[in-house]
Amino acid sequence: MASSYATRAEKWFADRKQEERKRLLWVLLGAACLAVYPFLDSALGLNQMGQWIPIFVFVILALGLNIVVGYAGLLDLGYVAFFVIGAYGNAFITSPNSWFVQRGWIPEYLQSFWPAMALSWVLAAIFGVILGAPTLRLRGDYLAIVTLGFGEIVPDFYTNASGITNGPQGIGQIAKPPSIPLPGGREIGFSTIDQDNWFWLVLVVGLVSIFMITRLYDSRMGRSWQAIREDEIAAASMGINTVSAKLWAFALGASFSGFAGSIYAGYVRVVYPDQFQFSVSIIILAMVILGGIGNIYGVIVGAIIIGSFDRILATELTRPLNWMGEQLTWEPLSWLGEWLATHNLNSDRFLIFGLALVLIMLLRPGGLFPSSRRAAELSGDDDDDVDDKEDLYDVREENARLAGGNA
Amino acid sequence: MLGPVRVRDGNPWHMSDAASGCRFGSGIERDEMGILLMDFEWTLFFQFMIIGLASGSLIALIALGYTLVYGIIELINFAHGEVFMMGAFFAATLVVVTGVTSDSSTGLIVSVLILTLLASMAFSGLLNAAIDKLAYSRLRKAPRLAPLIAAIGMSFILQNIAIYWKGPNPFTGPDLIPSEIRSYNVLQEWPLLRDWFADSTLRLRLIDLFVIGVTIPLLIILSWFVYRTRIGTAMRATAQDREAAALMGIDINRTIGVAFLLGGGLAGAAGMVALFYNNSGRFQMGFTYGLFAFTAAVLGGIGNLAGAVVGGFLIGLIWSYSDGFMGTFVSGWGSQWTNSVIFSILILVLVFRPSGLLGQEVADKV
Repeated sequence: MASSYATRAEKWFADRKQEERKRLLWVLLGAACLAVYPFLDSALGLNQMGQWIPIFVFVILALGLNIVVGYAGLLDLGYVAFFVIGAYGNAFITSPNSWFVQRGWIPEYLQSFWPAMALSWVLAAIFGVILGAPTLRLRGDYLAIVTLGFGEIVPDFYTNASGITNGPQGIGQIAKPPSIPLPGGREIGFSTIDQDNWFWLVLVVGLVSIFMITRLYDSRMGRSWQAIREDEIAAASMGINTVSAKLWAFALGASFSGFAGSIYAGYVRVVYPDQFQFSVSIIILAMVILGGIGNIYGVIVGAIIIGSFDRILATELTRPLNWMGEQLTWEPLSWLGEWLATHNLNSDRFLIFGLALVLIMLLRPGGLFPSSRRAAELSGDDDDDVDDKEDLYDVREENARLAGGNA
Repeated sequence: MLGPVRVRDGNPWHMSDAASGCRFGSGIERDEMGILLMDFEWTLFFQFMIIGLASGSLIALIALGYTLVYGIIELINFAHGEVFMMGAFFAATLVVVTGVTSDSSTGLIVSVLILTLLASMAFSGLLNAAIDKLAYSRLRKAPRLAPLIAAIGMSFILQNIAIYWKGPNPFTGPDLIPSEIRSYNVLQEWPLLRDWFADSTLRLRLIDLFVIGVTIPLLIILSWFVYRTRIGTAMRATAQDREAAALMGIDINRTIGVAFLLGGGLAGAAGMVALFYNNSGRFQMGFTYGLFAFTAAVLGGIGNLAGAVVGGFLIGLIWSYSDGFMGTFVSGWGSQWTNSVIFSILILVLVFRPSGLLGQEVADKV
């Protein structure tokens, strides 16, 4: 009988491993499907490449925010701060117009895309710790407001510190990734017209991020985050160092944002503070919450839904909507027809994000694809966990069996 | 006085836009570091104080709404700034609907002003209570972050409704108060003051007095309501201990509804006054005012009514001095540091003294 626990544990781990393999397969399959998209895009004349690349950047941002909000349960309303830091980090290092480059403070070999991206990544992580440290003592809602404050101050700083950042005009001529030479004299370039290459680059970066984040989730650190999210006091009394775990959550969450910011800067080649408003933080939050807080696959889907509405569907659906409005001449509804005929869906963006947040909170707090380990921060009582078949040991069944065996 | 003060023409009082706000004239010397070489100017100091007190009273009105709601259900009503904004929008529309303009007789204008004030209060109050019924009331038992996220969503929804209503661009306030009345300088016109301020350029306009004149009575009525009436007592009891209050026979849901109604009403009054004070409005006006007011509530001690008022005036003064002086002293760099200053205060207070200036330290319930 003593071996029973061990065999069960082994089986549990084996099941999980199999499930993970299955998931990996699905992710690769999805990525493969996406990878052929550029061919479809040019074959069908969709001309949406320029929109998909920023959407993928937002997917990475949402994955990063999911570390802070979903895993560690720290509501961060100022996530855009790290996006700015990453984007400007790249600009400061690589742009010939940058204040630092002009003073010769940046060595020549750093002034290209990849080193700049690595540095921005580290820079954002450092700022994650700096901005996260003062908030550690705070309760959930105060923490949210403090992070919101940072999210306002950082872009404000870049607007006003015009001596260094060139103020509202921003910094241009940011380096693009160097082209990769291929045998036969051809090369993979990354200038603005090479949208297909950019698409694949961002896709690869996204896959790497997904890989890293899944590994993080199952790591010791990831499990501490979840423990803190469920019950901070219990976690602390089980020996988890809550301070360092939270700081790591801020640092790693921020680092993905910095990394996404840096890629974004390399893609658009110019950064200016107005790109980074408070609404960006909320859009990313809406992606995380819509998809399923804490569940990275849900978050990816949520980010693609909201991102594609924001960048593609709102524009593309406006014309059919206007057409429908023109057809609607039936007298009692003619006012509606007139309204639809001139309505631009792009002016509904805030409404959609707001509705996503409110409706998800009211109807389905776990999101469209809830995390299997529920986020207690958002879903109320959790006393029925004993029924959870994912538990390592089913205590009651085991007890009943043991009691029966003894009798 | 140390010399003439140049205040720019146009609308130098528009607080939400520092670029057009009060600045020093152009003939100012600076040293090579950009530090201002100028004697301290007392006229400007008092001028900014007047502006700060006027906008501070608006902030105090909004901050009370945050504090009333937070005191009872511990929710940061993120949409409160937007309720304020909707009050301003409603007032702008209502004035146009009445058809009264600045050409009408004084009696008519005054009665429309009073009507607009009351109607905006009613509109915003009902709006706030309706949002509570629709969204927050269903999340009372949910963990703390759920209603906060719903409130953020609500604030975005309201902003979008405001875009439908008046478009995304700033609009000018309705033509109701004649401009000579708006800019009527009390210090140069009223008998006794005229002699005292004869050689001063300080301006205290009728519109500044209007803002303070609406705010102070509202504050008195609110404190009477909260401290002297039955339902006010019920509110305080609910804030202290919700379960115990329910056991004493207080209808908790109604009390919470009243808190939302009152807070919204004050925000509506502030919105109406802000519309006429700034003579402009925009769908984003609620964000700035709302967060500044939240900072004020936190600074004073959230849940504490007197604290919200004190915090409101303090933040108003900081806003005004920062708009006025920061840009001048930190030259070569941009001048719009006000947001950073106020959010830094918010962060510092929350991190180091979460109970605020007037609040008491309360242990967290685990």
